[in-house]
This record gives sequence, structure tokens and C-alpha cells, in this order.
Amino acid sequence: MSFNNLDTLYRQVIMDHYKNPRNRGSLDDESLTIDMNNPTCGDRIQIHLQIEDGKVEDAKFEGEGCSISLSSASMMTQAIKGQPVEDALKMSKLFSDMMLGEEIDPEGLELGDIEALQGVAKFPARIKCATLAWKAMEKGVNHEQ
Amino acid sequence: MDAKSIRQLFPILDQEVNGNPLVYLDSSATSQKPLSVIQALNDYYKFDNSNVHRGVHTLGTRATDKYEGAREKVRRFINAKSEKQVIFTRGTTTAINTVAHSYGRSNLSEGDEIVITPMEHHSNIIPWQQVAKVTGATLKYIPLQADGTISLDDVRETITDKTKMVAMMHVSNVLGTINPVKEVAAIAHEQGAVMLVDGAQGVPHMKVDVQDLDCDFYAFSAHKMCGPTGIGVLYGKRELLEAMEPVEFGGEMIDFVHLYESTWKELPWKFEGGTPIIAGAIGLGAAIDFLTEIGLDEIEEHESKLVEYALKQLRTIDGIDIYGPEKRAGLITFNLDSVHPHDTATVLDAEGIAVRAGHHCAQPLMKWLDVTATARASFYLYNTEEDVDRLVAGLNKTKEYFGDVF
Repeated sequence: MSFNNLDTLYRQVIMDHYKNPRNRGSLDDESLTIDMNNPTCGDRIQIHLQIEDGKVEDAKFEGEGCSISLSSASMMTQAIKGQPVEDALKMSKLFSDMMLGEEIDPEGLELGDIEALQGVAKFPARIKCATLAWKAMEKGVNHEQ
Repeated sequence: MDAKSIRQLFPILDQEVNGNPLVYLDSSATSQKPLSVIQALNDYYKFDNSNVHRGVHTLGTRATDKYEGAREKVRRFINAKSEKQVIFTRGTTTAINTVAHSYGRSNLSEGDEIVITPMEHHSNIIPWQQVAKVTGATLKYIPLQADGTISLDDVRETITDKTKMVAMMHVSNVLGTINPVKEVAAIAHEQGAVMLVDGAQGVPHMKVDVQDLDCDFYAFSAHKMCGPTGIGVLYGKRELLEAMEPVEFGGEMIDFVHLYESTWKELPWKFEGGTPIIAGAIGLGAAIDFLTEIGLDEIEEHESKLVEYALKQLRTIDGIDIYGPEKRAGLITFNLDSVHPHDTATVLDAEGIAVRAGHHCAQPLMKWLDVTATARASFYLYNTEEDVDRLVAGLNKTKEYFGDVF
């Protein structure tokens, strides 16, 4: 069998983040913690954010989930760490556009590995897995602002 | 019973999904529909559509005859004494909620107990949590054995003279456990409690005789037994249903309406407020005709052989965890070591194989199993050993695909 079709979903870089998640863990008590679950499957994710002067100083995640939700969380924390909150929210918008299958223009934002998730748009049942961490981050940031 | 020729009667199964012939292994979520059921729905809308119980005109009479004819088919199918004990609902969930809301809230109070099990579907947990909250009654659970069954000793231990309601699924949608509901009903009755059986996974797959089970209420859905979505049945013992207040009020269910009070129609119509699910009931009737012609005993035997074969074949896969008892209904819930069930289901889908992945509306049971989610393959009369072989091959490919990750 050829795995071509699946390879658009499970790119090497996604598998790498799944196997070696970046920023997995928690932050100290002072940090912002957001719990979010995917009610259709029971997956849970916890995002920890340390926001100072409008900047995401640190970001970590914990939780259980599939390769797509965990690798997306790993990539998300990597991308927003050290960025202004404003840019983190812009990236989140770009990401949801990407999940809708739209062409995106990063306008100078450093998306890094995130673009590897582009293929998820072709698997509608899995889009919620990919957006879970971003939704949690947005919720936390909006709460803080 | 020849599953291969039965398969021909289901037009949906004759298609390719992602370039492969479809293997449908998600019948516990919803079954596929044979052409005869689709035709019955089509014919009703094409030739007989009209509102029931009110028109003097010919179409109204035809629709009423077909709708009430479907009720008689249900009565015979589950061997209820009278068609007055067959109430059409939106599905199992609505049927259970009707009992919880009507019987539960008026007959339970502080100090009373409701007994259920941790394997229940959310639809047989939450209605009772709500009854407990409103009435002050206590919700109690019969513990599960290590293999996902219940023991009658534990049942006797848990049900006490304070227990007013026992609610239990006939067949587990996750474990495949077939619960001894007849024996549990007898124990419940000894203690003066009534027994509700969630038969969503029972009726489609085995002969159910509500008088033999001697349960007080039995609930099921049409869509899991080759019928359409949006229709189900609440069976109840006559004296209990007679004493119960309706839950929905409005058209269809009234006898006389005065400015400040009204009276209700007799059973079963007092529980069927509003224009009923006419086409749905007729579709359910057609599904019953279909299943009866094949024979529930034959279907049960076919599934039993198939699940036995599937268990044997699945166990050849290294690192597979299979949940539930050895003796089970036609479904297998499993996880592939270190592959999340979502990923498993996606790879299988790419192979044209439809399985369920998730918590199966049984979060307390997932907690008991100590997993967040599982994959489930469920079988019905149209599944074959070839389907099982395709599943096993698909799972081996899943392992191969994810194999280099870990």
C-alpha cells in the first residue's frame, strides 16, 4: 500500500514533535493555566503561559491526546514563546485559516514547523485535534487582556 | 444466514472509500439501512404523507394505519402484552429521560436510592444524576468485575430496600458485556424497586421478550436496528405508564382542553405530544419486518461466530489491548499499544475501514479502564470474516506506519 494520502497528514516533522514534544511540562504557580478538552474524544490538554508586559515569556503544555493534537501543542508553544501576545493571536488566526484550507500570508511572522500541519485541512475529522492547543492559548490570552 | 447476500440488500455498502471497498464496522454507533427500509420511507412520503389521528380524508387514514401498524409490529417484536405499552419517542435517550422525568421525579425522594452501573452510556447516567439532584435521592453504582461484567452478588449487595429505581444497559456499547437484566430485575422487584433496561445495543442483536425479562421499562432506538434515525421506543408496564404524567404537553396528547386545565388521551398517545415521528415509525416497522424475516436468532449466532473469529484474529497483533469479557456481543473495543485511537481510526479510514474512536459516550467507563479513548469495531448482520481480515490487515498497517515513531 502507498501511504501517500496519509503522508499529507502525518508529515515527518509532525511525528518528530509527537515523539519528542517541545515545551512539555508545567510552569510555576504564578503562570496562567488553561484546561481544554475535545468533547468528541475525551482528549485533554493543559496550556501554561507566562505573560509579562504583553509578551509570552514562556509556554508549556501537558495532556493526553493523539499525534495531531500533541504535535500541534508542541509546535504552538514553540512558535509563540518570546513573541508579543498580539503576534501569538495573529498566528492563531493564521492557523485557523490554514485549517480551513485557505492560502495564508504570514506577513513576516515566523510560523516555523506549524506549516507542516497544513495537510490536516484535508482530514475534516481531525481539524479539532489540531486547533485544540491554539484555542486554549487564545482563551488564556484573552482572559489575561 | 448468508451475510454476503444480505450485504447486497444494503446499497450504501457497495461503494469505495478512499479508493478501497468500504468496510463498515461502526454499527453500534448506527447501523446501515436496507433498501426495504429506505423504500418504506420513500413510499410514505411519495404516496401516503399526511398527519395522523385527525384527518377524515383518505391519506390521513392511510398514514394513521401505517403509523399504528408500526406500533403493533413493535409490540409483537418485543412481545409486549398490549400496543398501549409501546410509546414512540425520539430515541433511547428520550425514552430514558421520559421515565426519569416523569416516574423518577414523582416517585423518588430523599433517602431513596437509584442504582446503576459504571458501564452505562451517558444517556443512562445523566438523567439519574438529575433525578438525584432534584429529589435528594442517592445515586449508587454496582461495581464492575475485572473483566467488565457485574456479579449478581454485587447486585444483591447494592440494591437495598431503599432502592426505588434500577437502570442498566442490556448490552455494553464498549465492553460488549451482556448483562443479566432478567436476574437483576428479579432482585430489584424483591426489594420493591422498578427496573429500566437501556436496550439500545440489545434489541438490534438478540431476541428480546419484555414479558420474559419482566423489566418495568425497556428503551431502544430504531437507527441501530436497520431503521431510521429520530425514532425509538419506550416500553413500560401498563400500571406504571397509566400512573405517570406526560412530559410533553400540546397537540395530539390531549383529551379535553379547557381554559385552565386539560385531560390527557389514553396510553400510549398521552406520551406522544405534537405531530409524531410518522415516517420514522413506519421505517422502524419496515426494519422489524426485515430483521424478523432473517431471524434474530440467526443474527445473534452470526455475530457470535464473527466476534469469536475477530477476537482470535485480533489477538495475533502484537501490542493490542482488548477490553471486555470473553463472552460478548458483536463488538470489540481495543487500543493499539502507543498509537492513539484517533490515529488508528484515521489510518483505517484511509484503507476504507470505518471504526469508532473516542470515549463512546461512556466517560466513567473510560476512567475505569484507565484510558482516555479507545477504538471500537462493531459488527452486524452484513459483516463478514473478510471484513475482519481487512481490519486486521489495516491494524497491521497502522502499526507499520506508526512503528518507526516509537
